Amino acid sequence: MKWLITFFSSSIGKKLLMSLTGLFLILFLVVHLIGNLQLLKDDGGEAFNTYAYMMAHNPLIKIVAYGNYFFIILHAFVGISITLYNRGAKGQKYAVSKSNKTTWASKNMALLGTLILAFTFIHMGDFWFKMKFTNELATVSYEGFPVVKDLFTRVSTAFSQLWIVAVYLIGMLVLSFHLWHGFQSAFQTLGLSHKKYTPLIHNVGKAYAILIPLGFAIIPIWYFFFKSM
Amino acid sequence: MSAEMNLKIKIWRQKNSKTSGSFETYPVVANEHMSFLEMLDVLNEDLISQKKEPIVFEHDCREGICGACSLVINGQPHGPNSGTTTCQLHMRFFKDGDIIVVEPYRASAFPVLKDVAVDRSAFDRIMQAGGYISVNAGQAPDGNAIPIEKGRAGQSFEAAACIGCGACVAACPNGSAMLFTSAKIAHLGHLPQGVVEADKRAQAMVAQMDKEGFGMCSNVGACEAECPKEIKLENIAFMNRSYLKAVFSGEEV
Ligand code: HEM
Ligand code: SF4
Ligand code: FES
Repeated sequence: MKWLITFFSSSIGKKLLMSLTGLFLILFLVVHLIGNLQLLKDDGGEAFNTYAYMMAHNPLIKIVAYGNYFFIILHAFVGISITLYNRGAKGQKYAVSKSNKTTWASKNMALLGTLILAFTFIHMGDFWFKMKFTNELATVSYEGFPVVKDLFTRVSTAFSQLWIVAVYLIGMLVLSFHLWHGFQSAFQTLGLSHKKYTPLIHNVGKAYAILIPLGFAIIPIWYFFFKSM
Repeated sequence: MSAEMNLKIKIWRQKNSKTSGSFETYPVVANEHMSFLEMLDVLNEDLISQKKEPIVFEHDCREGICGACSLVINGQPHGPNSGTTTCQLHMRFFKDGDIIVVEPYRASAFPVLKDVAVDRSAFDRIMQAGGYISVNAGQAPDGNAIPIEKGRAGQSFEAAACIGCGACVAACPNGSAMLFTSAKIAHLGHLPQGVVEADKRAQAMVAQMDKEGFGMCSNVGACEAECPKEIKLENIAFMNRSYLKAVFSGEEV
């Protein structure tokens, strides 16, 4: 056990936690997006509502979901503690600083991450919490299913409000910046750097950082402009 | 003809590590063929003749190989020219009439000793922790006794170019020493002679680096951009995987 404690108190051990939890969240986002794209189906919400029902009742999904809550909290906690430690390690700031060849995102990961966390709370408060812990949602019934909560109507009502749509778009922009740096950074942290595949990782990372947040962003835009008018 | 340059040097003055410092601005007449340190020598001569205290800055070889010179010049460690140390930085990279801001390296593990000289002994302690190979002294061994493939030797040599100047720490917004430490780990770890102690080395050097209070790398890349020897970020990946391998395959429980 001692070796594990030593490892996780080391700089590289903490960075490994950031990298692995970050990569897990990256995988999660793909699955989450595929599920959400069912909101674009023009079937009055059946596909999405039954999908949401299955997600809430499948034991395997439940385990993964708890893993997911745990990993995002761990990622946020370790990320913020690393950032605070690093601030102390830098000490006094320069009067003049000229940083060449570095990205803004790479130097503001904690700010971007905190905004993602704030977004996550708003997002989960609006949908997840209402679905799971309240009886605010109406119910519908579909063939082959017991009573299903109508999350679809909740989502479409939310996305008819301009401010909610704005929050989502800003959230996705912030996520995009976090991933622009984070995706490739996670591989470097793991020690995976090689001229054979590192250029590919960088390109996939940039594509991911644009396409995944864009995919999520399309949903509120679609509802606001095409469904609520 | 060498063009005369009238410059203003805005430089950090600090009595010792216990006091807090501030900037002072001094005029100096330089010419474009001088190195940055020669320009500071001229300024110090002026200060001495005015019975003022000269500026303490570090230097030794003045040919870009020892790593003693430091300084953050207009916001960049070793100044604006890439791939050069302060001692090899010529005044032709500045213009007549410029105000040049000179600061000490900033990192908590590199406390200011006086003016723009900082204490970089943390690097010595990281080296002592594992930046060596153990060999029996005696006759110099045959240079080609252990054949080493060209690519490997090349990777090792590139990492070995690190002069331990600390510009990577100075450039890093996290005050991390991972470029330096990884250069040393990669320099020895790529060679058969260094592989023997690779696991022990990676763990000992990383542990000492952490103990000295350097920050944790966020893969920003400011170090690579400012390193006078153009040490690559790939070395940090090499260090990370050496360390991970050492921890997960080591015998210690
Ligand atoms: C869906 C959400 C998120 C994803 C997919 C994600 C992904 C990542 C990835 C892949 C990295 C790179 C890890 C590395 O450099 O090894 C990273 C770094 C980081 N993340 Fe996140 N992250 C998310 C949310 C958050 C949150 C909520 C916070 C905190 C408040 C946060 C704070 C940070 C910080 C501070 C770093 C930089 C750590 C460092 O390199 O020093 N992230 N993130
Ligand atoms: S890695 Fe580069 S910047 Fe860092 S100590 Fe070595 S030579 Fe200096
Ligand atoms: S004085 Fe030796 S490298 Fe500059």
